[in-house]
Amino acid sequence: MTITLKVDGKSPDRIPDMKQGLVGTEIARPEGPLKVTGQAPYAAEDLPEGCAFGTLVRAPRWGKVNLRNEERLAAMPGVLSVLRDPAMIRRTAQGGAGKAPAQGMDEADFAGQSVALIVAESFEVARDAARAAVVAVDGPAPAVDPDQQETEGEPDSHGDLEAAMRGAAHALDVTYTTPSMAAAAMEPHAAVAWWDGDGVTVRTSLQMLKHNRKELADCLGIDPSRVRVLSPYVGGGFGSKLGVSPEAVAAALAAKTLGRPVCVVQERRQVFELVNRRSESRQRIRLAADEDGRLVGLGHEALVSNLPDEGFSEPVTQASHFAYAAENRLIGNRVARVRRPNAGSVRAPGEAIGVTAFECAMDELASALDLDPIALRLRNIPDAHPETGQPFSSHKLAQVLTEGAERFGWQDRDPAPRQRREGEWWIGTGVSAAFRVNLLTEAEARITLTSDGARVDTDMTDIGTGTYAILTQIAGEALGLPQGRVTVRLGDTDLPPGSGSGGSFGAASTGSAVWLAALDLRQQLATRLGCDEADLTLQDGEARVANTRQPITEILKGDTLTGHGHVQKGEAAQKVRQATYGAHFAEAAVNDVTGEVRVRRMLGSFAAGRILNPRTARSQCHGGMTWGIGMALTEGLVFDRRDGHVVNRDLAEYHVPVNADVPPLDVHFVDEHDPWTGPLLAKGIGELAICGAGAAVLNAVHHACGVRIRDWPATPDKVLAGLDGWPVPATAGSD
Amino acid sequence: MQITLNVNGVSRALDLDTRVTLLDALRHHLRLTGSKKGCDHGQCGACTVLANGRRINACLSLAVMHDGDAITTVEGLHEADGAGLQQAVIDHDGFQCGYCTPGQLCSAIGMLDELAQGWPSHASDGLEGPFTLTQAEIAERMSGNLCRCSCYPGINAAIRDAAKTGTGATEAAE
Repeated sequence: MTITLKVDGKSPDRIPDMKQGLVGTEIARPEGPLKVTGQAPYAAEDLPEGCAFGTLVRAPRWGKVNLRNEERLAAMPGVLSVLRDPAMIRRTAQGGAGKAPAQGMDEADFAGQSVALIVAESFEVARDAARAAVVAVDGPAPAVDPDQQETEGEPDSHGDLEAAMRGAAHALDVTYTTPSMAAAAMEPHAAVAWWDGDGVTVRTSLQMLKHNRKELADCLGIDPSRVRVLSPYVGGGFGSKLGVSPEAVAAALAAKTLGRPVCVVQERRQVFELVNRRSESRQRIRLAADEDGRLVGLGHEALVSNLPDEGFSEPVTQASHFAYAAENRLIGNRVARVRRPNAGSVRAPGEAIGVTAFECAMDELASALDLDPIALRLRNIPDAHPETGQPFSSHKLAQVLTEGAERFGWQDRDPAPRQRREGEWWIGTGVSAAFRVNLLTEAEARITLTSDGARVDTDMTDIGTGTYAILTQIAGEALGLPQGRVTVRLGDTDLPPGSGSGGSFGAASTGSAVWLAALDLRQQLATRLGCDEADLTLQDGEARVANTRQPITEILKGDTLTGHGHVQKGEAAQKVRQATYGAHFAEAAVNDVTGEVRVRRMLGSFAAGRILNPRTARSQCHGGMTWGIGMALTEGLVFDRRDGHVVNRDLAEYHVPVNADVPPLDVHFVDEHDPWTGPLLAKGIGELAICGAGAAVLNAVHHACGVRIRDWPATPDKVLAGLDGWPVPATAGSD
Repeated sequence: MQITLNVNGVSRALDLDTRVTLLDALRHHLRLTGSKKGCDHGQCGACTVLANGRRINACLSLAVMHDGDAITTVEGLHEADGAGLQQAVIDHDGFQCGYCTPGQLCSAIGMLDELAQGWPSHASDGLEGPFTLTQAEIAERMSGNLCRCSCYPGINAAIRDAAKTGTGATEAAE
């Protein structure tokens, strides 16, 4: 049987009744030994015998495509095929699409789109043939600048923001611009496909396999039951691997055409163009406050971009609807249609840049009010959702701010900027709040219990998030088995459909499904023992009921038991506003001579429901905080003004933070068990830590040297231009 | 072109297209896929291996240039003083997705040896060693290996641990 739970309300917390003591502990990742010895197979590895290699060919601009030397390419020694199948896709699917994106190779929607696949006996031949391809593209000059286009969408209005701004004791009206950003996962998108009769297997690097299977099937024109997708190890995703991408469809089509396995890996420069980017944004933020710093008006309007016909619009203002109280509100998105590469989800779509810009504006308001920035935030925490009136499932913003401030040493801070100098460096500190909506989505899992232990099966993925670890813990906890007697199989669509990894919903969604599957098994064991499931204690492989104890293997009597769990999103999502909260603190040094910014230390304080494994959760927070450093200081895609192509499309020109950019990072978890989020009382953590992290850095830059950077990233040229407005400090000559 | 590589202590004869990089020789021809391809341009460090004990980007080197060389990859690292570091990376959660990890590990072993030999870095006080394994030295010397999951705190802690217990290539002091 299956235990199904639709999360309509609060769930009881049963984890304290369980005795194995695995949930909430810092177990090491079970797949660790495979990963540190090079034995964990990623997508383009463990290639089948006879595998051919394919390389995608790039269009230099948008328009009608003409591959001029197709015959010559096909005749190159070692080339097996030049594929321009109408089923090949022009864009990477959006997360959860479940259907094919735009198909066909006769047009390029943007500069950099793939327009052909060259398959050869060796990687070297395929690569060189792709380089030799002559692609002519005809079409008018493309629209590439979002600021020059008509826009779609209007903000939501409550009250009268204009009037509130006019009548307020303090009014702030600022515009922030944020560049487009790349997920830049370390493993490039890759696929190996092979056919067995009329069924295809694609080993790939994707995040949400149950949707990816449908997308592939739709692209190939076959039933989803004939598509098997494997992604047991994914070398980073961050949203870029939510939807099926061009290499997977091309590999499947080529494998069918050639009757042999084909491996297609995107070159790194292709990843920067073919994979969905985070949209750039222009954010107008208006804040109207009374004498005491209470907000009476709040405006957050964002301009983002995407290709024509794309439904995704970076939800920049998502958290602004509930983050702070204010009677008069104007919040929402406009989208411009441009011929830049497809925009889609990148780690915390919306809040990553929306909260970060808004939290910079809050810092500006605190400065204008001469009010401590933490006090300003504490003063404006709403009692309920300011627009819908929904209660909050749990609200820990005050706690994460105050506990974080204490740990960071905020209390001794002189609020005035340009007060602390060491040699030629200005030193300052900054704070930001973090907000991220919390999501639950449908997931299924199966656990097979034998005398050897338990095996968890789901098509869920582990993209570095710690899925293997936490599902081991959840199953072991409920079934009273130590870590070593639980194995987890992931990343195979032959297994029950999990949630996939995205939107920080993986742990709570698929984790709940595993929990329910374990409860199913507990029920079956209790039936065998003739007791109530609630009276059954399972620990270290033993079952205890009242005063009797018995090894689980004896209860099984050699049988194999199977438990199924199925969790569904229910009314809880509407009854309450669920979110995660955090506070970031940063200390930055700004060089008065060069404009260079160095982050000296950061502390993040987070409330994200029950923390299932502090070790893996902490590592995810390190990641988010580091992305905040990149957002604030170094990252930004540059688009050519004529044809919209990505100018800096590699890791030498697109600057993700390196080891030396990242100072010691401190992570603090505030205790929270949120009963509205499902039976684990857990929430998402993977995205929270990027939301606002960059604002703490940029606010620290301002505190250090008095310069506000509203056009990110805060590269030395911009910081220097800001420093120009200040008098040379008296001590500068002697440093 | 025919060459011989000594890979993880085993002599391997190969007949290769001269365009094949050392990385693709390992991954495609010897099926040693522990060394990763992150960029194929020497920009990310995921392909780092040890060639005659020195860390290099295997994607930037043609295989035919390494005829007779001793190559150590992550698959052979436990026999090249790497076992302690490998365990320390697990203990400190110095990886998430794991894709950059083999390169980080090989790079760290090579880096500790460079430090032991007194090679200076941008973070060093001067040009003459010996240098101590400070946070700044580790961060500087490991900055050729990108980690987008951003496990630098765990990676650095693991390197400090391994160096302390002598399971890295050197016993540099804190």
